[in-house]
Amino acid sequence: MSDTLNSLRGSAAIAGVATFGCGEAPGFTDMELLARSARAAVADAGLKMSDIDGLCTASASAVMWSMPVIEYLGLNPRYIDGTMIGGSSFIAHLLPAMHAIRSGQCSAVLVCYGSVQRTSTFGRKEVVSLRPFLDPQPYEHPYQPMLPVSAYALAASRHMHQFGTTRAQLADVAVAARAWARLNPEAFMREPLTREDVLGARMVSDPLSVRDCCLVTDGGGAYVLVSAERAKDLPRKPVYVLGNATAVWNRQISSMPDLTVTSASQSGREAYAMAGLSAKDIDVVQLYDAFTINTLLFLEDLGFCPKGEGGRFVADGAIAPGGKLPVNTNGGGLSCVHPGMYGIFALIEAVRQLRGECGERQVPGARTAIAHGNGGMLSSQATAILGTEDAL
Amino acid sequence: MTTTPVKEGATGVQAFHQAELDAGRFLIQRCTDCGKHVYYPRESCPHCGGAALEWKTPSGLGTVHAVTTARRKPAEGGDLNVSLIDLDEGVRLMSRVDNLPPAAVRIGQRVKARVQVKDGRGLVVFDAAEGL
Repeated sequence: MSDTLNSLRGSAAIAGVATFGCGEAPGFTDMELLARSARAAVADAGLKMSDIDGLCTASASAVMWSMPVIEYLGLNPRYIDGTMIGGSSFIAHLLPAMHAIRSGQCSAVLVCYGSVQRTSTFGRKEVVSLRPFLDPQPYEHPYQPMLPVSAYALAASRHMHQFGTTRAQLADVAVAARAWARLNPEAFMREPLTREDVLGARMVSDPLSVRDCCLVTDGGGAYVLVSAERAKDLPRKPVYVLGNATAVWNRQISSMPDLTVTSASQSGREAYAMAGLSAKDIDVVQLYDAFTINTLLFLEDLGFCPKGEGGRFVADGAIAPGGKLPVNTNGGGLSCVHPGMYGIFALIEAVRQLRGECGERQVPGARTAIAHGNGGMLSSQATAILGTEDAL
Repeated sequence: MTTTPVKEGATGVQAFHQAELDAGRFLIQRCTDCGKHVYYPRESCPHCGGAALEWKTPSGLGTVHAVTTARRKPAEGGDLNVSLIDLDEGVRLMSRVDNLPPAAVRIGQRVKARVQVKDGRGLVVFDAAEGL
């Protein structure tokens, strides 16, 4: 860990967050959900849009997305980050933005996203059908995997084979997420869900049933990052960025070195090192649960349990409300919201928990949180360690 | 400055590999600098960065490393096995086990490669094999 990275610990804080249109937003566009979220996050930070001089954004379809966003919002940013590494992007955007704030390149960075993939006439199905042409994987696509789910299913098959993980344990991840969603008015799916419901649901790509898969929803999310000094003068309780790191080892599932070990083991190690914390110090956990297997892999790779023990760790409500570790307290991508890329929503929920504004689902006295993003086919991993002033 | 013109008739490794498949031949690469096998085909070795990649015919023998069944409606072709196969040479690739019902494909199963040519286009598939 370099001195510079260590000196960035706690140097920036998230001063504003917002979501808009989570669930179904018929009649809206991606940009409109993004703009509403952005406006609300900037207002939440006690700032005006004209105060924003840094922008981070990404889109699953538009390759030059930062430009239309700058035009639409009327921004003139001196710092622009359009890094697109899938759903983890909005967590990966943190560290470069901290450098930019520290150097004086900019002072208030808006990170924002919006997608109407559920209700759009040109939605997820159409984008998936174009991907072999726009983003070719000539050594996988001819075998017609259902991407992304088949990639995660292959990883799940391997975890089950090597560690004795069961479908019932995977189902417990979905059941816990739903139990949290039932405490969150913003969550899209709030009906009760049992282990038997998950096991009996329509199989999509064995061993994953449709209830092992994240939702397909609309939604927008945004946050505002400023220096720690400036955050103290803004209306909201600052949430400090204590550590952040990103790692990528592969794009395709067939190129993943070990299907049971993700590069979260690297991003987590580096983010913890920057924060000077470890898993045992974390009060609330937000993990990108695109599929139930993700939660097991990330609990292991981020040090909450030994490798291979994820299935046994989550059994019997251990990560549900009232369990030993609060995981995905908004209901996660499985039950709350998943508009194509979920990473920003994991981070926003972590901020809301640290502010103490989560109502029925609030983790009492939460001082530290981890927000972990995943992208592609277990390809990109970005880990953020956040804390309140007490954790500085 | 390094700039090298493309020789007439030369292709990238992807087109060469596919042309070989179309002719019924399955080739992988081996790096003569570090000795490791490489698949899918690259222009440089992902292990050592070297450029000394030679083409090699693999034994064709491998082991199912991970397995899923993509559930499709009968009208869309029905259920389909998708597997990751570890070749004995130490490389992994996506493919399918073609001679078994999808539900019968198991991790650890020994398999042998076969080039299936359909409409002039070659694709590597595998057959479950006993005693290999």
